[in-house]
Amino acid sequence: MILVTVGTDKPFDRMMKVVDRWAAERGRQDVFAQIGEGGWEPRHIPFVNFFEPVEFKQRFAAANLIIGHAGMGTILSALLHGKPILVMPKLARLGEHRNEHQTATAKRMMELGNVNVAFDEAEMLAKLDLVDRLTAREPIGAYASGSLVEGIRNFIWTGKGTPP
Amino acid sequence: MSRTKPKILAIASGGGHWVQLLRLRPAFEGCNVVFATAKEGYRADVAGAEFRVITDANRSNKIGLLKSAWSIFTLLRRERPNVVISTGAAPGFFALKMGKMMGFRTIWVDSIANAEELSMSGAQAGATADLWLTQWPHLARDGGPTCMGNIL
Repeated sequence: MILVTVGTDKPFDRMMKVVDRWAAERGRQDVFAQIGEGGWEPRHIPFVNFFEPVEFKQRFAAANLIIGHAGMGTILSALLHGKPILVMPKLARLGEHRNEHQTATAKRMMELGNVNVAFDEAEMLAKLDLVDRLTAREPIGAYASGSLVEGIRNFIWTGKGTPP
Repeated sequence: MSRTKPKILAIASGGGHWVQLLRLRPAFEGCNVVFATAKEGYRADVAGAEFRVITDANRSNKIGLLKSAWSIFTLLRRERPNVVISTGAAPGFFALKMGKMMGFRTIWVDSIANAEELSMSGAQAGATADLWLTQWPHLARDGGPTCMGNIL
């Protein structure tokens, strides 16, 4: 199952239209979407507006692949569950988000590791045809590691941070 | 080391901010922690820990922001934590600003999503926080946030 998610904030019609068109053209029956509220509704993909947090986790666990906006909730959930992920950044200038951070997030996360990015509709359509070949790395651990945790702990107990 | 267990209020809005906050849990080991976020459905994520629901809002909804600020104020007054920590967004901003005024120590961990510049709430809340962290080394600077690593 391919899980498509636009996050807890605004809908993402640009991405949904591409994925819907692709699912129709390729006859894909294995796509399920979470589309947000007040946006365009897919014609060829079953969807819900939002997931409750528990269902969100179940859907992630059951999916083979995540397609989503470039939000950290979506990206981190994919990494935690060890699922391959293809994201497209929401653009604030098109009213899809409140600020323009998703493009930078997507670029940096792509550099850091296993996040695949399509920056526009054409690239998304092209990459959708390759999604069955995407593989994920091992899931990341449940918690942040080392220095950040230590630094915060030191601050809590001693009032001082650990110098970088 | 303090002799009594510090009380921590760990607060964030839902989605990515909450996921990042949860990844910091080992930092609160040995403390009394109260988690707060916007949806009852997240309670299961911190099973066994104290959990409160606050009203969330974003800056496109002014009335919502007032309601959110009020719910966070009442939470702070009731819990009186030693330390308030947040990964954002609007609820974290309110919790840090008001928490600071009420005399609590504050920690702002700017979201890893802000890879190019600090978020608006982060730049404002972070500047008055006792510990101001970015997760990107290239955003750390003197008089600004420090980078101690990231939540990955």
